[in-house]
Amino acid sequence: MIYKMPSLGADMESGILAQWKVKEGDTLKKGDVIADIETSKGVIEGEVYEDGTVEKIVAKEGIEYPVGTPLAVIRTEKDDDATIQREIEEAVSALSAPSKKEEVAPQKEEEAGKTESVFKTPASEETPKSAAEELFGAIAKTETEPEKKSEPEAPVRVRATPLAKKRARELGVDLEEVAKKVHGKISAKDVEAFAKEMAQKGSAPKAAKPDAMRMAIAAAMSRSNAEIPHYYLSTPINMTRALEWLRDLNAKRSIRERILPAALLIRAVVKALEAVPELNGFWKDGPVVSHEIHPGIAIARREGGLITPALIDAQEKNLDETMKALTDLIERTRGGKLTSSQMTRQTITITNLGDLGVEKVYGVIYPPQVALVGFGRIMERPWAEGDAIAVRKVVEASIAGDHRATDGRTGALFLSKLDKVLQKPEELL
Amino acid sequence: MKKELTNREAVRMAIDNAMKNDKRVFLAGEDVGKYGGSYAVSLGLLDKYGPERIIDTPLSESGFTGMGIGAAMNGMRPIIEIMTVNFSLLALDQIMNNAAHLLHMSGGQYNVPLVIRMVTGAGKQLAAQHSHSLEGLYAHIPGLKVLSAATVQDAYDMVNLALADPNPVILFENSLLYNMKGELDTGAEPLPIGRAKVMREGMDLSIFAFGINVFKALEAAETLAKDGIEAEVVDLRSLRPLDDEAIMASVRKTHRVLIVNEEWRSGSISAEIMARINEQAFYELDAPMRRVCTEEVPIPYAKHLEDAAIPSPEKIVEAAKAVMEEA
Amino acid sequence: MSLSLEKAKQFYYQMLLCRRFEEKSAELYTEMKIRGFLHLYIGEEAVATGIIDAIEPDDGVVATYREHCHAILKGVPPEKVMAELYGKMEGCSLGRGGSMHLFDKEKNFYGGYAIVGGGLPLAVGIALADKRMGRDRVTVCFFGDGAVAEGEFHESMNLAQLWELPVLFVCENNLYGMGTHIERAESETDLVKKAKSYRMEAHRVDGMDVVKVNDAAKKAVAHVRSGKGPIFLECQTYRFRAHSMFDPDRYRSKDEIESWKKKGPIVTFQKYLQEKGMWEQIDAAAIEKRVEEEIEKAVDFAENGTWEPVSELTKFVYAEEVSS
Repeated sequence: MIYKMPSLGADMESGILAQWKVKEGDTLKKGDVIADIETSKGVIEGEVYEDGTVEKIVAKEGIEYPVGTPLAVIRTEKDDDATIQREIEEAVSALSAPSKKEEVAPQKEEEAGKTESVFKTPASEETPKSAAEELFGAIAKTETEPEKKSEPEAPVRVRATPLAKKRARELGVDLEEVAKKVHGKISAKDVEAFAKEMAQKGSAPKAAKPDAMRMAIAAAMSRSNAEIPHYYLSTPINMTRALEWLRDLNAKRSIRERILPAALLIRAVVKALEAVPELNGFWKDGPVVSHEIHPGIAIARREGGLITPALIDAQEKNLDETMKALTDLIERTRGGKLTSSQMTRQTITITNLGDLGVEKVYGVIYPPQVALVGFGRIMERPWAEGDAIAVRKVVEASIAGDHRATDGRTGALFLSKLDKVLQKPEELL
Repeated sequence: MKKELTNREAVRMAIDNAMKNDKRVFLAGEDVGKYGGSYAVSLGLLDKYGPERIIDTPLSESGFTGMGIGAAMNGMRPIIEIMTVNFSLLALDQIMNNAAHLLHMSGGQYNVPLVIRMVTGAGKQLAAQHSHSLEGLYAHIPGLKVLSAATVQDAYDMVNLALADPNPVILFENSLLYNMKGELDTGAEPLPIGRAKVMREGMDLSIFAFGINVFKALEAAETLAKDGIEAEVVDLRSLRPLDDEAIMASVRKTHRVLIVNEEWRSGSISAEIMARINEQAFYELDAPMRRVCTEEVPIPYAKHLEDAAIPSPEKIVEAAKAVMEEA
Repeated sequence: MSLSLEKAKQFYYQMLLCRRFEEKSAELYTEMKIRGFLHLYIGEEAVATGIIDAIEPDDGVVATYREHCHAILKGVPPEKVMAELYGKMEGCSLGRGGSMHLFDKEKNFYGGYAIVGGGLPLAVGIALADKRMGRDRVTVCFFGDGAVAEGEFHESMNLAQLWELPVLFVCENNLYGMGTHIERAESETDLVKKAKSYRMEAHRVDGMDVVKVNDAAKKAVAHVRSGKGPIFLECQTYRFRAHSMFDPDRYRSKDEIESWKKKGPIVTFQKYLQEKGMWEQIDAAAIEKRVEEEIEKAVDFAENGTWEPVSELTKFVYAEEVSS
């Protein structure tokens, strides 16, 4: 099996192979991390999806590869020697073909350069050389350099200070773009100035940083708005019982074991989706219902912006497990340690903007998903119970649906089921 | 208990107090007694404590330094004065092979609570054999602690810190500072060994220095301030162990680094500091690090040549500007 | 003055223990149980035996890198010395020192020093501390004829005499500084004369005769302890084995070695005892057996010792607290 540069998002064209986590001969289990892939969204762990053994590593660290580029060959149970041999040849030839490669870190480039001139002695090369050639090997090498220049795209050498690189990562600035403007070395100030300029030029609000993630979201959202005919429904749900039940539950637990209302809401959405599965899935030239429920949970990043990593296999998790998975997801998001599954496998999105005081959410669906569930702030509101009016804790739940996949009735059924589920919180355990 | 006095007086006072309070302490070295110390640091102490405790030695650096080590192994707290660092090379075998290694090669049985004071530095037209700065050489040796006093407070505190330490401690004093006056607070808790001190705060670049070069760096910082560059000046104080935490904190603050030392450039303490910054704070750097060191030449006699060989405020200003202009 | 039977037994046992210990060490070296440098004292046993017998347990000893026997004679258990040669944690320097750096603070064994002449200034300092603190202690400093060429020898002779310190300098003159004969190294080969030039009281003694060494040592120690200042004692001896295990011994003739072996310390002592009619009484066979058992015990102890975990590597670089 050839392990290729994974596509970790619809907007991902290429990724930098930041670091191999395995070496040739290592055995891998499904779900193991094989490499760190640096993307415009940060470093993501690239997983393998089959058991196997690392047969050959062909891609180099620090190089940017287009999605789909062979990076390594992995021997799985069903691969015979001939297959492996063919795959290695394929991978090696794919990599040696001219392609957009760039050295991202100058120090790595220097190292690579050193290896070239110092360690690769003429004697070690394939064709025998004359003594003179051996003696003047370095000169011969220099003379071959112009050939390299005939490659379609010469590698761009970005000369940035370490701090500039760090800032660029934080701000999502592409140093190559900065290099086009700044001649000579790029300092942190250059990166900051570039980011500021981008912010002023772009349509993004002033406060927001024009990072690559923002751009990616912008692209996805524009596509969504252009392609997806949205419908919106919302309903207030009485949370009094659910919150009281949760309070009593938490009272018996240590701080670490406590359940947040957010986890309860996620669990409730999953339950409701089991009853109304049409909202969980994709639009791919037609509706595709997913039996696995991987809700993308909107989480604020430290450096700004929201990201919606997937809480994988939520349908198999009870309330405690959901809480644990949510905590893990938040930590991974903050630490930049999301796996590729978490980045790519969302089947629906749940966004909870209650923290910010919003009452009601009208979300924009992330294509190719077909729905987004929104929660506003849990507020005290007058609530009619029987004949009486009482003050109750209420949350506004909303659904944004893709009208191509479902219609308003499906959305309404979902909200009604969600309400019912939340009135019997003990069943969510 | 604050008072103003010279660096020389501060060292003398610390030795005096230690001798008074601890019978195990003695001072030995060339001309520390009757002569009063070649830099008059121990002037008057012979009369006070007698020749048994203020010991004039013959010119036997290896012999009397080794004697100090033996005495330290056997329960005393000797202070060995080596007139200048260049003479200490005659005692290097004792300092490295014995003082620094004894604890380890005895499997932890024999520690060497020895204090060795020596005068360091150029600037007095004393030519090649009397102008060395070998702090980095001593800081290379595990088992030793190496301190360099710049301020009057440290001149006093470091004698006490060294005497209280169970390990061999080398104190570097610069004779050009002996007459410098400063405030001494004898009641203040001394800043421990292994801690650097920020002498001047700044946001634009960090200048790390020790000994007399702290003052050169401070002078340079004032000049730089006129050009709108706010330099942070850090007195390293302790060269072994180095205060990595303080160094990295300053780097994280300013992102630009200049190191000043009076040792020859190659293999000097600045090289070590740069390596550590590279290891621990590489992504904080916004410009290549630079250093002002002594030129790679034995120190010449002629004044203008000597001045040209060693760090000066002007050289520090120039290097600091170069750091600021980088990238 | 004749030797007591007790003393006769003790000397014989001690010299034999030293001899067998080192023979075993050489064997273990070839089996790669012991590595690094291994300098053997075989042939010189009468010196350390005679000298160390003349001092008290409280007195100090500073030695060289050829110091296995000095350590054992000063009371360091042979098994702790052997464990040290193995590099085990149970060694007298916890495996950090090895053959050349045996230490035992409890036994006032101030250690083996491997820079020739490097131990002399320490002995001066140890003695100075004793004198200043008013302690009734003597420090014995062993060194070879090679050290006499070092500056530290002369500096230490001068300082010790100048300050009249309680040191007994014992020069084990085995004629060779590694492979260089004293005639080829010293313009003045009369070492006693050198010491006397510092106005130090100095004597020469036959270092192959434990009784003579012991007599001279007792007198010297009494002198030093009385506060009259240091003494220099030259013990003329010979090492039967090469300088170290990795020494082809090309610089001296087999005849020379054989002629010295004929007057070896154990043979000489045996002759002495026979002349005095004590040989039968000391029961040499029983001593040999006892020594054999002790060596076996030492090897077992070392074999069963433990390797210090690598995680402890940077221990003992700095002391945490002042030891009193």
